[in-house]
Amino acid sequence: MLRRLLLLAALSAAPLACLLTPSRAAAQDRVLNVFNWNDYIDPYMVQRFTQETGIRVRYDVFDSVETLEGRLSAGRSGYDIVVPTSEPTFSRLARAGAFRPLDRGLIPNLANLDPVLQQRVATSDPGNRFGALYLWGTIGLGVNADRIRALAPDAPMDSLALLMDPQHARRIARCGITMMDSATDVIPTVLRYLGKDPNSTDAGDLREVERALMAIRPFIRNFATGGAIEALASGQTCLAFAYSGDVIQAASRAQEANRGVAVQYVAPKEGAQLWFDLLAIPADAPNPEAAHTFINFLLQPDVMAAITSHVHYPNGVPASRPLVAPEIANDPAVFPDEALRARFFTIGPVPQAAERARNRVWARFKAGR
Amino acid sequence: MRRTVVLALPLLWMAVFFLAPFVIVLSIAFAEAAEGLPPYAPLLRWVGDGLPVLQLNLGNFQLLLEDPYYLDAYRRSLTVAGISAMLCLLLGYPMALAIARAPERWRSPLLLAVMLPFWTSFLLRITAWIGILQDAGWLNGALLALGLITEPLHILYTDAAMYLGITYGYLPFMVLPLYANLVKHDTALLEAAADLGAKPWRAFLQVTLPLSIPGMIAGFLLVFIPAVGEFVIPELLGGPGAQLIGRVLWTEFFQNRDWPLASALASALLLALVLPIALFQWRAARAR
Repeated sequence: MLRRLLLLAALSAAPLACLLTPSRAAAQDRVLNVFNWNDYIDPYMVQRFTQETGIRVRYDVFDSVETLEGRLSAGRSGYDIVVPTSEPTFSRLARAGAFRPLDRGLIPNLANLDPVLQQRVATSDPGNRFGALYLWGTIGLGVNADRIRALAPDAPMDSLALLMDPQHARRIARCGITMMDSATDVIPTVLRYLGKDPNSTDAGDLREVERALMAIRPFIRNFATGGAIEALASGQTCLAFAYSGDVIQAASRAQEANRGVAVQYVAPKEGAQLWFDLLAIPADAPNPEAAHTFINFLLQPDVMAAITSHVHYPNGVPASRPLVAPEIANDPAVFPDEALRARFFTIGPVPQAAERARNRVWARFKAGR
Repeated sequence: MRRTVVLALPLLWMAVFFLAPFVIVLSIAFAEAAEGLPPYAPLLRWVGDGLPVLQLNLGNFQLLLEDPYYLDAYRRSLTVAGISAMLCLLLGYPMALAIARAPERWRSPLLLAVMLPFWTSFLLRITAWIGILQDAGWLNGALLALGLITEPLHILYTDAAMYLGITYGYLPFMVLPLYANLVKHDTALLEAAADLGAKPWRAFLQVTLPLSIPGMIAGFLLVFIPAVGEFVIPELLGGPGAQLIGRVLWTEFFQNRDWPLASALASALLLALVLPIALFQWRAARAR
């Protein structure tokens, strides 16, 4: 919360500084409206964008992708740049016609993007038509290894079995298990753990997922998505199913607090689900030209390096890696090695009926009945 | 003439800010979900030769009645709101009575103390409870330091924490109308009761309590109605089993992207709350 306030304070100071520079007065009319995740940019880079281009940035944040989807679905959101996650939000909105196709001529820096990752995103954005890759990550386990080892010494630290095997979960429950509150993010991973296709919409597969989830339900203390950072960092919970970057942020917060809590991120060996956050331009964006300029600005290696150093999520521009702060560039949790990357999987869109079935399983799982 | 104007203003207000949004929500409830912006098909369609066709889809309301999942959420929400309102009444009544019977110069500062929390954001105050209730929080810290417990109590993310949060959040809505009622009571009535030999508790039961029934009803409704749709407190403090109607609505709207079903849920909730209260008012007015 405090960090968000500081961020907003920093961002609101940026345009003020520009107003005081008379030579830029002519460019002041141009405003870019950005809607991004909270704590998901280096605020200094926004300032730099305004300094270089004279385009003022009105920066707004969301903390759940549903907020973004709700606003864009209603139309006339007033934003020029939004940053939805590839599945399910981005692909649904793209199919509904909510985005303007990117004008590749205006974004020469698209060439900086990793072609392998681009290809993976294409399951949600065929031909990379609407989205430019911003940051990405995986979904896995946040682990407080010391406390887990004390309770379950034989549990495998690198496997999803830590959470999904009731034998282990039962013992770990005593120091707290937090589950991400998202059917779309958890169910594919459980399908994968059970040896099924993560995109399966088969009713039988879904029943097996439900059974597996119900078996560990008694051992889950709470469901939280953003809250996992705080719960892990404070030692409130010692095992969390969460986004990679959130766990990495929790680890650095725990280190700062220096209260004997050590947290690490584990991308499970069974394969971790990849997700991508994409820069996109709403179909009715008031200032699409500035939006293209902004995307092109962000995709420069030094800008992306600064953002990754700040938020601890890897980006889609390989040339930025040498410029990232060394403690982050060398962190295998942020930049996983090839062997681990080979086992990552991506998910595709599922039909609405299947989505409802998944959400219903999820509701029963949460309620525990 | 002037009377008409005076009456028309609040009616116009109601029409613009209550009736119109409700009609919009209700019309979405009769639509069919579809992929697009907005994510539902229009009710009114124009066929070939310019004829308008109105297509109403009753399936959403049918689903609400057939699927036990939704009825269950309604039932749970009503139960939670009822228990919370009772808790507020039990806590708020002595508070309101104490303020009403306090010396006059004390009443304003005491009332101010009841309203003071409103000066802080509601969200912030509920979030503060997380800090108090969590395992390594202040409450557990104090209990451990006093030696009353040896292991932290898991209070956060349980029904108890949810009831605590709702009762805390809505208590002022109970205290204020109750106080407004109690402060108007004629103390001469209690003196008369005492003169006739009634002990204080009997005077309370036979004089004060019956006279304060309108205040209790007002306070109960002011707590009960918003508590039925409460979304934030169960989400932040309650356990994962708390599938209240607010959460179910949220899931339908944001996760399933089924705006029509979400609208049907909202309309049904509104009708379920407004109709009994309107009926109650109407009967009360007729009895007078």
